[in-house]
Amino acid sequence: MLPPAKSTTAAETDALFHFITSVSLILLLGITIAIVYFAWKYRRRSEDDVTPVITHNSTLEITWSVIPLILVMIVFGWGLTGYMNLTTPPDDAYEIRVVAKSWLWEFHYQNGHVSVNEMHVPVDRPVKLVMSSDDVIHSLYIPDYRVKMDVLPNRYTSLWFEATEIGESVIYCAEYCGTAHSNMLATAHVHSQEDFEIWLETAGAEDDDMDPVARGEQLVTRNACDTCHSSDGTRLQGPTFQGLFGSEREMEDGEIVVADENYIRESILEPNARITAGYQPVMPSYAGTLDDRQIDAIIEYIKTLE
Amino acid sequence: MATNDESKKVRKLQVRRFKPEENPEKHYLNEEKGLWAWMTTVDHKKIGLMYLGSIVFFFFVAGVLALLLRTELLTPARSFMDADMYNQVFTLHGAIMIFFFLVPSVPAVLGNFILPLQLGAKDVAFPRLNLASYYIYVIGALFTLFAIFTGGVDTGWTFYTPYSSTTSGGNIMAMTFGIFILGFSSILTGINFMVTIHKMRSPGITWNKLPLNLWGLYATSIIQILATPVLAITLLLLTMERMLSIGIFDPAIGGDPVLYQHFFWFYSHPAVYIMIVPGFGIISEVISTFSRKVIFGYWAIALSSLAIAFIGFLVWGHHMFTAGQSSLANMVFSFLTFLVGIPTGIKIFNWLATMYKGSIDLKTPMVYALVFLFLFTIGGFTGIMLGALAVDIHLHDTYYVVAHFHYVMMGGMVMAFLAGLHYWWPKMFGKMYSEFWAKITCAVIFVGFNMTFLPQFVMGAQGMPRRYFNYIDQFQSFHQFSTIGAYIMGVGFVMMAAYMIHSLVKGKPASSNPWGSRALEWQTSSPVPLHNFEHTPVIINGPYDYHKPMSEFQLGIAAKHGHHHAEEEVAVKVSKQEKE
Repeated sequence: MLPPAKSTTAAETDALFHFITSVSLILLLGITIAIVYFAWKYRRRSEDDVTPVITHNSTLEITWSVIPLILVMIVFGWGLTGYMNLTTPPDDAYEIRVVAKSWLWEFHYQNGHVSVNEMHVPVDRPVKLVMSSDDVIHSLYIPDYRVKMDVLPNRYTSLWFEATEIGESVIYCAEYCGTAHSNMLATAHVHSQEDFEIWLETAGAEDDDMDPVARGEQLVTRNACDTCHSSDGTRLQGPTFQGLFGSEREMEDGEIVVADENYIRESILEPNARITAGYQPVMPSYAGTLDDRQIDAIIEYIKTLE
Repeated sequence: MATNDESKKVRKLQVRRFKPEENPEKHYLNEEKGLWAWMTTVDHKKIGLMYLGSIVFFFFVAGVLALLLRTELLTPARSFMDADMYNQVFTLHGAIMIFFFLVPSVPAVLGNFILPLQLGAKDVAFPRLNLASYYIYVIGALFTLFAIFTGGVDTGWTFYTPYSSTTSGGNIMAMTFGIFILGFSSILTGINFMVTIHKMRSPGITWNKLPLNLWGLYATSIIQILATPVLAITLLLLTMERMLSIGIFDPAIGGDPVLYQHFFWFYSHPAVYIMIVPGFGIISEVISTFSRKVIFGYWAIALSSLAIAFIGFLVWGHHMFTAGQSSLANMVFSFLTFLVGIPTGIKIFNWLATMYKGSIDLKTPMVYALVFLFLFTIGGFTGIMLGALAVDIHLHDTYYVVAHFHYVMMGGMVMAFLAGLHYWWPKMFGKMYSEFWAKITCAVIFVGFNMTFLPQFVMGAQGMPRRYFNYIDQFQSFHQFSTIGAYIMGVGFVMMAAYMIHSLVKGKPASSNPWGSRALEWQTSSPVPLHNFEHTPVIINGPYDYHKPMSEFQLGIAAKHGHHHAEEEVAVKVSKQEKE
């Protein structure tokens, strides 16, 4: 019933899940058999049936109060132990800063590199995520690791895990956050320790020598611009990029603006300064995430979408 | 509760047997006619029926919305509505079902109708207040709906800040205000019921002869009176934040959004018990009646309802295990959550023990009660799962939670409501429904329900988050199965509407006591006379004493004048609070 267990703590959570499921199924089976058996065995045979007067039975009642009490106390203790493990990261955990925005995840690494909707971590090493939100409440959820924690706008929250397998796992937003809540997905990439270090060193640099249009297209995907802006004319949460450059745009306040380089730059850095008519002011700012050369590349890419 | 001293006091009453009149010419449905007479009635039975009409309407609307949601989820991406529309539809579905249907369903409909009858009273203590509660409910419902529609509210029924304050502007205020108005209806009904139970019991109804349905309603009333004002406090704080810019919930001005969740669940978790506890009362009545046997563990069932009502106030934090509250808070809330499971378990065992060696007649209300036992037990066990801290971290905000609360709310509460509705239907309308079609329908709903929600446990355990418009492909077959189940359930409810309407128009006349119950509401005519009883009932036995002859349950005070003479003299324990 559960997804594959790919973290060190998952096994304990799963064991408790299976314990509760098994005990519940046994008890449910017992109760169901009793219901069906009583309904058949004691079915009404005539209108004059006489039933015994059994008002209570202290022994029986104490038994069926105490046994469930013992069972739930076991579950409580077990659940608490697992929870304490889940909330106590080892001291040597590798720290990644997570920023949630509607509707994307940013992962800031210790060398200053930022990846959007892609989390890269080393295998067999504890990783601690220190998280905050730029707008509303989100919640970072990795089913394969059995971890989840809400991400709040006014404080830091954290969670930790230690991935046990090289590969990929899906990351969800689990706290409802509006229109594109169900698109706020990211991927956890687990590398070997060496591959992770190589990735970390080269990740920021790899696109410098690409031509601006190809680089722009890559940046649009990497920064999750395409969650809300299509490149083929489809209407998503934001206006499409197709035919955007050079067109006349009507703003929410009636102002007409030509979508030139400065307009696009402003829209990336100060998204809520001008809002296209018919859309909501929901885009997060990319100031600090994208540098000027990257913004240039995105503009070059948008120019090609006619 | 009566002290020993009081219970020793005994009064001698001249009584005779009052056999209920069969097929009375005059009853509450035909003594006053016309729309105006209905709209201004202070009769608790008619007010109950007006509530019934209203909640059936809201259940229908929210049910159709649920079918739209399930249809949209047939495919992983867009099927026929866009994401914003989907978000608004699930918000409406949740808000209508919770606030307009579940909260008022049992207390306001069945409670209003049955409570005075079970006490042998002519009405509730404050009949005009009762009518006012109904209109407050209608005004609150309309106001809230207006706010939702004009604001396109898409926050989910939980209205978490800061999302709710950024997306719907001032409408979060209007919505909370509408729910605040609805809350008054709830508070006033609670007060009315408590006073009625305390002050209007017929001679002989001491606390240990109070039907368990009334213990359930009594516990519910306590929660309604104590929890609902917290909504008003929340509104006041929201107003202060908006008007005076005092940072309370909004992080932009120094507030704390998690505080809002505390306030919200401090009301909304006890509200869950407002929905389910009166259902327990119905199940006790139905199982005893159709087993024709004295209820097992009367005091255990009565007191466990009160225990649930009190502990229920202290477990709201289990909705916030991942919200960022301290580990200590999580530990305490998890512990208390398990404690609330115990009295619930005790009830299940008591009901089973009542069936043991009974004379069980599987009429429709009993079938619904057994369906309740099965589905509610699943709801309860999965609640234990979600109370376990480590497991909840994984399952929180997934479809596992969605399936769990539908098993509790629909498998528990709605099944109990249907058991009660079928049980008291002959008393309400003086007509029988088709047993055959009622049982077929129950089977259809049972199958549809499980097909809808069982796959959601599996999806949730595998990590499918709730409130998702799009989902990854691996979940599609589960979603499709679930949707087909929802359609089957929809067909079931249409069938129910059909045979219920048929019963009203062409149903066979019901006798005054078609189930052979000993309870007081069955010792008067069907439909009920306008003033419930033409005499003052006198109670000498417990409501579930099936080993005593029916004649002992039909006693009333003999008229001092006229040609009726007392047949016998009985001694009745005097309780200080009983009506004269």
